[in-house]
Amino acid sequence: MDRFEGRYEDGDFTDGNALAGPLREIFAVDLTTASGRCAHCGAEGPVAALRVYAHAPGLVARCPSCTEVIMRLVRGPSSAWLDLRGAVSLHIPLGVE
Amino acid sequence: MGIVSPGFHGRRSASTPKLPPGQYLTEDFPVLTAGPTPRVPTDTWEFVIITETGQRYTWNWAQLTALPAQTVTVDLHCVTKWSKLGTTWTGVSLDTLLENVETAADYALVSSYGGYTTNLPVEDLLDGQAWIAYRYEGEDVTPAHGGPARLLVPHLYLWKSAKWVRGIQLLHEDEPGFWESAGYHDYGDPWREQRYQGD
Amino acid sequence: MARAAVPGGLSRLDWRVARLVERRAETPSAGTLVLDVPGWPGHLPGQHVDVRLTAEDGYSTQRSYSIASASDGSHLELTVQRVDDGEVSPYLADVLAVGDPVELRGPVGGWFVWRHTDTAPVTLVAGGSGIVPLMAMVRTRRAAGGKALFRLLYSVRTPQDCIYADELRRRAREDFGLDVAYVYTREAPDGWPGEPRRLGVADVNTHAWPADFQPACFVCGPTGFVEAVADILIALGHEPRRVRTERFGPSGP
Repeated sequence: MDRFEGRYEDGDFTDGNALAGPLREIFAVDLTTASGRCAHCGAEGPVAALRVYAHAPGLVARCPSCTEVIMRLVRGPSSAWLDLRGAVSLHIPLGVE
Repeated sequence: MGIVSPGFHGRRSASTPKLPPGQYLTEDFPVLTAGPTPRVPTDTWEFVIITETGQRYTWNWAQLTALPAQTVTVDLHCVTKWSKLGTTWTGVSLDTLLENVETAADYALVSSYGGYTTNLPVEDLLDGQAWIAYRYEGEDVTPAHGGPARLLVPHLYLWKSAKWVRGIQLLHEDEPGFWESAGYHDYGDPWREQRYQGD
Repeated sequence: MARAAVPGGLSRLDWRVARLVERRAETPSAGTLVLDVPGWPGHLPGQHVDVRLTAEDGYSTQRSYSIASASDGSHLELTVQRVDDGEVSPYLADVLAVGDPVELRGPVGGWFVWRHTDTAPVTLVAGGSGIVPLMAMVRTRRAAGGKALFRLLYSVRTPQDCIYADELRRRAREDFGLDVAYVYTREAPDGWPGEPRRLGVADVNTHAWPADFQPACFVCGPTGFVEAVADILIALGHEPRRVRTERFGPSGP
């Protein structure tokens, strides 16, 4: 179904800084400094600046420009699921060897 | 499980009647949301059922609320482990809405204003198990709780009861929704504790 | 970043058991927890920890808290603003007793951090308990002898809600190159010029570094506050990549 272009109300979100712990549980590097590109609108920015909805069954990170979903992270008792289909790519700074 | 935090109980009730495994009782009504809350005016609101052959059946707000309504008192079980008992909702049974819909589909993909989706078998929408609810405890359902209308399927975990419901697509093949494609169970029976894929 | 390479294997971020060593009241609704965390690897100012609480029956929940202290051995300070209908903050603020264990993991977060070797001027803008990670920057600057010039603009409801009030007064006096200014939104102290108001363009113009100086800007507070201040900074010509933000959500942590 088409995107609802009507009015939305907001407020109950935090930002991608809150993903640091849950992502560091999975990855060996800090992904909040990575910059990503939104698959919906093309906006680029750091993971730390995404809008994060945490009062949900998982963590939902949305593009601050168009509010489409960039990332979903679900943590079960013995697995995590990471859905990144809303990001075209992530550019991850690794420091110098 | 982590180490026990001395004296920590969380925001939960002390008494526990019979609840599905792993659930805790709550008195308040937590608002869970995966994104911004859409404000859908009832004068442009529309509900659509699209069959596997592409046939569309639509209802506007006046048509929906003119249909015979039922008032039911049900328990809600959220996969984040809270349960809320004895909630009363008014709405239209999916039996009524699907009555004249020609379909042989086994699966339903429910869509919401705002882009949320969830999947469930068609048979779980029938036989007095599911409603398009527009009143909660005698009042209009607030946008925070899914108003103007939400799906209510209380025998499954609450993420199946899509807020801001907009339509149902009937399908021959099961298609995972928003949470089902990110690790949550395709069916989600709280009494069998089907929280995640593989449970 | 604390990213210890473990020979022959990958390190995984695990929960650690900390113990409450001391508790300090900061305001009527905020308090600082001094924790001892054996094996703490150190942290950068602006980083946070995830705190996990578990009830006897297995119910568990977690929250993020910014670290308030400069890196200092195995000690760590968190300042917790009590949210009355909250689930975690009232426990941390009122129930957790000295000697009790509490689980945490971290430090995490590499975006909203300041390194004391950075020399660019720094603008810090705090709303309410958003002061916490910024205070860690102020404290680290002093402890490590950082040379960057700091300007802190701190928005609070009333003088009683000012966290670290005494220490900020002392630092503003003693730390060369640190300026501290306040905005009061509900009730101002005697002698403060002007009426209580929300932080606006004029405050940022007066008290923050101009965009020409290419300062690093750190903005932390409730979501609406952070959005408003970030918009002001961008409108004043600051490059978006130099404006780093951390939102605590609608009502703080």
